[in-house]
Amino acid sequence: MTIEVRNIVKKFGSFTALDSVDLKVGKGELLALLGPSGSGKTTLLRIIAGLDWPDGGEVRFDGENALARGAGERHVGFVFQHYALFRHMNVFENVAFGLRVQPRAVRLNETAIKKRVNELLDLVQLAWLSDRYPSQLSGGQRQRIALARALAIEPRILLLDEPFGALDAKVRKELRRWLRSLHDEIHVTSIFVTHDQEEALEVANRVVVMDKGRIEQIGTPGEVYDNPATAFVHGFIGESIVLPVDVRDGRVELGGKPLNLEPQGAGAGPSRLFVRRHDMQVGPAGSGVIEGAVRRVRAFGPIQRADVALPGGEGETLIEIDTPRDRELNPGDLVGLQPRRYRIFSAST
Amino acid sequence: MAQLDLITPVAPVRIREISAEHDARTEPRLIRLSIIGIAVTFLSIFVVLPLVVVFTQAFSRGIGAYLAALAEPEALSAIKLTLLVAAISVGLNLIFGLAAAWAVAKFDFPGKTFLITLIDLPFSVSPVISGLVFVLLFGAQGFFGAWLQARDIHILFAVPGIALATTFVTFPFVARALIPLMQEQGTQEEEAALSLGASGLQTFFRVTLPNIKWGLLYGVLLCNARAMGEFGAVSVVSGHIRGETNTMPLLVEILYNEYQFVASFAIASLLAMLALVTLVMKTILESRLQEGQVPRDD
Amino acid sequence: MSGVTGRRRTLPGFGLTMGLTLTWLSLIVLLPLAGLFLKTFELSLAQFFEIVTSRRTLNALKISFGLAFLAALVNLVMGTIVVWALVRYRFPGRRLFDAVVDIPFALPTAVAGVALTALFAQKGWLGAPLAELGIKVAFTPIGIFIAMVFIGIPFVVRTVQPVLIDLDPEIEEAAASLGASRWNTVTRVILPSLTPALLTGFALAFARAVGEYGSVIFIAGNLPNVSEIAPLLIVIRLSEFRYADATAIAVVMLVVAFLIIFLINRVQRWAQTRVPAF
Repeated sequence: MTIEVRNIVKKFGSFTALDSVDLKVGKGELLALLGPSGSGKTTLLRIIAGLDWPDGGEVRFDGENALARGAGERHVGFVFQHYALFRHMNVFENVAFGLRVQPRAVRLNETAIKKRVNELLDLVQLAWLSDRYPSQLSGGQRQRIALARALAIEPRILLLDEPFGALDAKVRKELRRWLRSLHDEIHVTSIFVTHDQEEALEVANRVVVMDKGRIEQIGTPGEVYDNPATAFVHGFIGESIVLPVDVRDGRVELGGKPLNLEPQGAGAGPSRLFVRRHDMQVGPAGSGVIEGAVRRVRAFGPIQRADVALPGGEGETLIEIDTPRDRELNPGDLVGLQPRRYRIFSAST
Repeated sequence: MAQLDLITPVAPVRIREISAEHDARTEPRLIRLSIIGIAVTFLSIFVVLPLVVVFTQAFSRGIGAYLAALAEPEALSAIKLTLLVAAISVGLNLIFGLAAAWAVAKFDFPGKTFLITLIDLPFSVSPVISGLVFVLLFGAQGFFGAWLQARDIHILFAVPGIALATTFVTFPFVARALIPLMQEQGTQEEEAALSLGASGLQTFFRVTLPNIKWGLLYGVLLCNARAMGEFGAVSVVSGHIRGETNTMPLLVEILYNEYQFVASFAIASLLAMLALVTLVMKTILESRLQEGQVPRDD
Repeated sequence: MSGVTGRRRTLPGFGLTMGLTLTWLSLIVLLPLAGLFLKTFELSLAQFFEIVTSRRTLNALKISFGLAFLAALVNLVMGTIVVWALVRYRFPGRRLFDAVVDIPFALPTAVAGVALTALFAQKGWLGAPLAELGIKVAFTPIGIFIAMVFIGIPFVVRTVQPVLIDLDPEIEEAAASLGASRWNTVTRVILPSLTPALLTGFALAFARAVGEYGSVIFIAGNLPNVSEIAPLLIVIRLSEFRYADATAIAVVMLVVAFLIIFLINRVQRWAQTRVPAF
């Protein structure tokens, strides 16, 4: 099943949650919608599911207009952020629900329902919990039951809203790997929403980065990390050192002094220089294009992290750099910084 | 050995006393006891004693007189009418309450707070006025009086009028019990049911109703207690036709005014028992409702 | 979550349930109340004024509002004491007395009326000793006051109780650690936090007592100008087929009741906007 979203607009009162969003999802993909809260990612997911309705635009499943159908007619499996398990039903009945509410003509008989539910509980490795009620389950177990319930209706699309958001860090990592392998097994077109970049980069085939109701970039995890399309993406994904620079006569200037860096097509005017922290090479004074003075050094696991002050037009800029622990670095030292890779974006973008 | 036995039990008691006196969140013992004493005395005189009086008066001539009073045809017809009126108004308000709670709790729309205020309105109208408005509509001099008279339709001084006034008075109970509960439960379970292919009715009966059943019962319980016990509004629209339009509370008044105290208090004792049963069930339901809150780990 | 502006609503049944709600509300509540106001418009202003300021009406309104105010004041004080005892102290029978508070809600008013009358009549359990002291309760304004206190008990207790339970213990500990005496802590920290709830409870008890009929009329004596409450006067005027008179009194009472709701809403809003400031 492919999904095509065209020019979707959604407003809540005067707030624009989605601002003409276009998106294509290929068959069998596992796509992440990544963005900060308020970026519109959950709203987009709910519109695809039929739980919210756009003010304009189209949603097509395999070319067919999905907006003509209600949530129940789209065959979409939806996993809610807080699972939304039916609290008065046990695990078995929760998973069986989607099968039991089918019209009589197409409904499976009791034996078939039992068989199917047990298969699903085996799939999520929780068959032993089938008599329990949601309140008796841990967060991770609820999550997997919610997934089994969504899969029971043999959905053409699986949508997950912050699937790991409410779990603690350890369970989250485990479930992440498990979801990835589950997707490899069942291969249903899936979209999940997350605000956690690590989660998106590790699990998804492709990542859609959103901000303020717009899509900033769509690409593989490698693409969005290595070639961020916008300043927002560069700042949001991975840890970056950001420096305010000016582009003048095709040259990049920091605090009025020219730097030996390519403007990369950024127009004249105030711009921002983005460097991944691990791409910033630290050497003795005079060894790089940027000079700075070390202010504070502290051990940080296997590395040491230093605050380095750079002279700027209006006062100095403080940045954090990382160096290996064995490198001698003291407050007051002058260092030279050389970006191995960098991006420059006009401040207006 | 003996010394130890003497010493050990003393220490913890003293520590407890000292800590109670110095606890930042309580008052000196004397003040504590006075407050408890005043509260208990006040509630005993104003609430418990009147309740006790009802039963002692009802049984003042023995159980035989008590039962005889209840077996009077007038008493039986009042009991029947009370049950009928309660059934009608509770039934109507049950349907209304469910509809109103669904609309108010599950959707957002402008004017929601105002709508809730309107639903609450009957709570702040004097019972007598609640009856009066129906007299003004359906009475001989009322807006529809002549029209009804021409067609020989009896609303006032008949069962429909009593049922209408009772429905008015008990209007907010079910809706008010359900709205906060359903608002707190949110819409996610319903959305989950719909996305799994359930129809609107299936969603309501299989997901919503099981989640609100205790709250619904709570609303019905309070609605029923008020419906059976309503006096002022019913008194205005009933016409006090003996054996026909007297509900139990009205019969209490009539018998009392005729100095038939045992009979009056016998009927009153039934209503008092209804109140007590209602309170006990209410307490049970309240603990059920608290249990029903599933903690969310977010 | 479900959008106001979307073309469709996610959950079904909004049109049906909203339609049912509005229809039912209009038929049962709004239309009858509108009829009451419509009826008053049949009166000229002079007529309305004449009815409302006639000696008997004025006295009935004075008795209802005046005694209701006094009863609500007593409930405010006694309710605070009761709620404090129920929430802050542990004593045998506490849960029973907590349940007992709801009896005035649950007991049909006519039952309360005959019971209070029997209790306070000259030969009653409380009436007899009081009569020896020369205090006559039943069939006097004091009787009306007693019945109004009875009916108002749950309001203050039940509105203040949840607020007192939820009151953060840390604010009291903070006050104590800053050197406040217990009396200062209670009067300057706790009571101000309870003020909105106390005011709401007071207003609810007052509103209920003003309109109360069943529990009052048995014990009142119902002597015109002395112990005749406004709701009873409405009933009397109706039985005399003086609908205009009944309606005029009702409108006065209703307008006051609406004013009270409005004030309570304001108090609640004030409380809500004030609370985060703590």
